Amino acid sequence: MAATAVQATPAQPLAPAPKRRRGKTLDKVNPLVYVVAWLLVGVCVGPVIYIILGGLRTNSQITQDPSGFPTTWEWGNYSSVLNSSLFWQQAGNSAISAIVTTIGVVVLGVMASYVLARYDFKANAAMYSLFAAGLMFPMTVAITPLYLMIKNLGLMNSLAGIILPQIAFALPTTIIILVPFLRAIPKELEEAASIDGASRLGFFFRMVVPLSIPGVVTVGILAFVAAWNSYMLPLFILNDESMYTLPLGVQSFASQYSVDTARVLAFTSLSMIPALIFFSLFERRIVGGLTGAVKG
Amino acid sequence: MSNSQGGNALLRTSTPGDGSAVGDGAVTAPSPARRPRRRGDWRKRAEIALLAGPAIVVFIAFVIFPVVMAAYYGFFKWKGYGVPTDFVGLENYLTILQDSTFIDALSHNGFIVVMSLVMQGPAAVILALLLNRKMRGRGLIRVLIFVPYVVSEVIVGTGWSLMLQTTGAINDLFGKIGLEGWAVDWLSDPDVAIWSLMIIITWKYIGFAVILFLAGLQSIPEELHEAAAIDGASYWQTQRSITLPLLGPTLRIWAFLSIIGSLQLFDLVYIIWGQYVSATAGTSTMATYMVLNGRNAGNYGFGNAVAVVLFIISLVIALTYQRFVLRRDTQGAITEGKK
Repeated sequence: MAATAVQATPAQPLAPAPKRRRGKTLDKVNPLVYVVAWLLVGVCVGPVIYIILGGLRTNSQITQDPSGFPTTWEWGNYSSVLNSSLFWQQAGNSAISAIVTTIGVVVLGVMASYVLARYDFKANAAMYSLFAAGLMFPMTVAITPLYLMIKNLGLMNSLAGIILPQIAFALPTTIIILVPFLRAIPKELEEAASIDGASRLGFFFRMVVPLSIPGVVTVGILAFVAAWNSYMLPLFILNDESMYTLPLGVQSFASQYSVDTARVLAFTSLSMIPALIFFSLFERRIVGGLTGAVKG
Repeated sequence: MSNSQGGNALLRTSTPGDGSAVGDGAVTAPSPARRPRRRGDWRKRAEIALLAGPAIVVFIAFVIFPVVMAAYYGFFKWKGYGVPTDFVGLENYLTILQDSTFIDALSHNGFIVVMSLVMQGPAAVILALLLNRKMRGRGLIRVLIFVPYVVSEVIVGTGWSLMLQTTGAINDLFGKIGLEGWAVDWLSDPDVAIWSLMIIITWKYIGFAVILFLAGLQSIPEELHEAAAIDGASYWQTQRSITLPLLGPTLRIWAFLSIIGSLQLFDLVYIIWGQYVSATAGTSTMATYMVLNGRNAGNYGFGNAVAVVLFIISLVIALTYQRFVLRRDTQGAITEGKK
């Protein structure tokens, strides 16, 4: 995405919900298209369904007929997970990590993007390049020094120790998506605001922040999902079961109860549901927001 | 952009007493209209520092600084305690480049890079074209296709491991439909394991490509399609000569992201093949090599050297790509700043 924002001016970034362009409208879509599309959906959703349904079976069912449907609905696996305080503790950790990361990314990202999009100053291009270059520093490269740094800061085994790096690593994508949004706010609007006596900061808070909502929702979702699913960083930073986020929780649960496949599947499906719900609520926004960042 | 300031400096005066209407009273200067220019400059600097400062500080502290430190630590033999003192120069790097397990890992990464592009690109374009039409349930289909992308790597790894076991659901299913011959050892047969990994990667990440391409398709002006229709072009002619070329920039960006992601692949392999079998199953990557031989073995200096090698490889590929492929789309966002 490094290149996307460079000269992109989104078509209608200000529309609260971007108008969905249709492809070539066909009077009737070939039934084959439906078949292919739903076949694809089946492939995409199949494994997820397998995990969810597997949690509703007994271990002996799974062993005897691995690819079968539940013959009796065993809610016991799910209820035992839902009754475990460890699961809720880890779900809470994941939620805190994802929510705080998202808020941090959005606040810092909008402020920095506003400067990059609308202030003219010497270091502007250099600053943009700095963030754009960040796309090429994935966490993998920095993980060991990061771990040592967090250790020296005394943040080992704390959520702050994963939240701060997550915010930092999400900034490049955020800024690259937001800058074109903010740049597309018409100059006239800013002039009108200043005639009405708003300072540039006033303009920022009263006009820019509300107008950038579609872009903000997009980057917010991306940051939330990335933080919710983050694995490598917590693996290095968190070492206590009660501090684990769900991905680590799933892994340790799976190795502890490896014989109890059904319960592992129940734990696994319960830990993916929040991200799925969150995502499906905002799916439209993702497509809309990326439209701003990807130039046609 | 160029005259966001100065050009309208005269306009940007706040009338006294409107501090409340500005949202941040502290920063509004109720100064007379002809404020001296320098004062305005100073204010602009303060605003830039205030708005962009926090992001820059966090970014430099947690991204740039660790990357620089990785380069520094890479020259030491170091167990991670205290200050590294055992300077060994390029020894770590020589060790890495002569280690056949690293070369294996590197070649696996190369395979994953190429196969990701080949397996996901064409399929994702076709799917995006398919889903860009008016059809019943389109919104639902889009959401469902994106589901694998939202599910975390750990869950993907755990679920697929269970399904791909020799006694798992996939082989069982093949047995049911009379294809026992297709039932293989998906995870530990060195000839098969990397293909299993590719299937999982494709399954997980193709949704992202489809969504990105859909976004690209939506920014193509409708008029072009109408014009083509008037000229009597068939649906496929239109797609070939209008849609695909206009989707070019999006495709090139997706390919860039895909390449970088494939080079850095860690989570899925580490979760599915654990710490020991990824080498024997032929699915190790540079990142799993780094974690196993660096942190897990307590050799922090060595691990950082691997990170640097990984980074240099990524950087060279990224810059080359920028220079030769993205050149037409951008004036080198990464190398030369923005236009």
